[in-house]
Amino acid sequence: MDLLVGVPTHNNAKTVGETLQGIRVGLLKYFPRERAVILNVDGGSKDNTREVVAAASINDVQRSSDLFALRTLPCISTVYGDHPATEVALRTMLAAADLLRARACAIVSAESTTITPDWIERLLRPVYRDNFDLVTPVYRRHKFDGLLLRNLIYPMTRALYAKRVREPYAVEFAFSGHLCSHLLEMQVWDHDGGGIGTEMRMTIAAITGGFRLHQTFLGTKPQLDRTSDLVAAMRQTVGTLFWSLEPNFQYWSANRATESIPTCGPEYDLSKEPIRVNRKRLYQLFSSGVAELGPVLQSILSAQTLAEVQSIAKLAEEDFRYPHELWVKTAYEFASSYHKSVINRDHIIQALAPLYRGKVYTFLLENRDASAEEVEANVEDLCLTFERLKPYLLDLWNTRE
Amino acid sequence: MWEMIGGELDHAMQELARWFAHFLPRLLAMLIIALLGWVIAYILKMILRGILRIAKFDRLSDNAGATQLLNKFALPSSSELLSRVVFWVVWLGFILLGVQVLGIVGLQEYISRFFLYLPRLFAALFIVFFGLLAASFFSRAALLAAVNADSPSPRLLATLIRTIIVLFAVTMAFEQLGVAERTILVAFAIAFGALMLGLALAFGMGGRDLAKDFLERRFLKEKQEQKQDELSPL
Repeated sequence: MDLLVGVPTHNNAKTVGETLQGIRVGLLKYFPRERAVILNVDGGSKDNTREVVAAASINDVQRSSDLFALRTLPCISTVYGDHPATEVALRTMLAAADLLRARACAIVSAESTTITPDWIERLLRPVYRDNFDLVTPVYRRHKFDGLLLRNLIYPMTRALYAKRVREPYAVEFAFSGHLCSHLLEMQVWDHDGGGIGTEMRMTIAAITGGFRLHQTFLGTKPQLDRTSDLVAAMRQTVGTLFWSLEPNFQYWSANRATESIPTCGPEYDLSKEPIRVNRKRLYQLFSSGVAELGPVLQSILSAQTLAEVQSIAKLAEEDFRYPHELWVKTAYEFASSYHKSVINRDHIIQALAPLYRGKVYTFLLENRDASAEEVEANVEDLCLTFERLKPYLLDLWNTRE
Repeated sequence: MWEMIGGELDHAMQELARWFAHFLPRLLAMLIIALLGWVIAYILKMILRGILRIAKFDRLSDNAGATQLLNKFALPSSSELLSRVVFWVVWLGFILLGVQVLGIVGLQEYISRFFLYLPRLFAALFIVFFGLLAASFFSRAALLAAVNADSPSPRLLATLIRTIIVLFAVTMAFEQLGVAERTILVAFAIAFGALMLGLALAFGMGGRDLAKDFLERRFLKEKQEQKQDELSPL
């Protein structure tokens, strides 16, 4: 088999049909001669997702466009359990790709309603034609969308793992058969965090394994329901990033210069149409969080950092700022406390949420009228602060208490 | 007459000397047992202290909130306290064994009672420690969940949870020790029932309108507004 496109589902009857048609058109249009398969793995959907998958036919594609299949394009659907588990779904697709000896595989979210046939080409071509091992996406986003990624995940991953991967936690990505075999053999699956953040663990495994990385611009980011809960999103991303620091200490503790990744299309694309944001609520959640969580933060942060955080929490709303350096020190101290398990690790991640809201408030205030370039400059400045303060994390990491 | 007195005195002295000759080796045996017990207890204390340090027991105790409690009463750290307790229990056990050798009538029953009581004492200590640990964990979990959900009075909720779990643990420990079992159980049931009834009455009757307004605001209007204003973090 040349290509495999995996579509994990769970109660996606409303969107999966559209996504599958997008994938089919993409495969017929850009890879007409290759042997390809679409694999749907379902986590026990209670709506008629599987029926929709079974009903979606290649004839619909041929009717709505002038494309004709030169080969059969099978669509296989399987159930891996009675509840959704990203880790099991991904592992099933990787195992299938490995079994079929697929040269290039892409994973596409069933909720990706913004999918265009170009996505399939942009995801699979770098792997299939140019021998890259992992292709991660770059999306067009609103300048205030994906702020956890831009204020913590991307800068910290970049500073520690020395690769400028814009979307380390991607729901659409592609990988080579070579990387697939490597991931199946690796221990990325033995994670004590309950099988979350697998996508990010795969990205980090590709970086530390020395695989060839590529980024590709996919257009507008689809809005997924599962990312709206901040604490859940932090568990998936921040928890996974902090967890990854332990097995990869040798890699990230080495002094490396950060490398950019070959990118097809722009490295960022930010829209700035006005949206309604309740900044006041973010400020209130930060202030009350710092006041209420005093004893918890005391066991995570150093006395100096805690004092600084508490002092900015007393500032009036209009004067409030969470400086880059203080935010980076906060993040590094949280990572170190996570490593030392000073309290329950999940509680450490939860305790970071109110502080993150303070940082988001500052970001919104600073970039209220900013252009895309100015927002990008702000993110770049934060990334450089993360890189500059990396020795601070190493010092914290190496101290016993 | 004088001969009789002399004879009795002589007899008494002989009895005393015989008793002393009979008692002295036992006393010496007791002292040897006590000394040996001290050495063994001391070694055990040092070993236990080392193990607890390696196992980072003090950190566990910090997390459980036990350290703060000990600091309030100017007591040493948990690992130090536990090793001292073990030292004294072991040494006291050896001393009582020694006393048993002396053959004092009536003491043996108390000694065997003491040894029978030891497992219950340790079980009670175990229950209290893990009760404190559970109280700390669940109260912190509630605090974090309440803060992140923007619930009112997160600390009150956390304190309430901690108090209930500690009450449970202490009641269980007293029950284990056999100290005023019924009184403690009844007191706990009354306190717990009163607390729950008070909360139910306060929320259900006293603040009925307030509760209605609060729930409506919380779960209908406010949630909808918040949902509209939320930014996607990823």
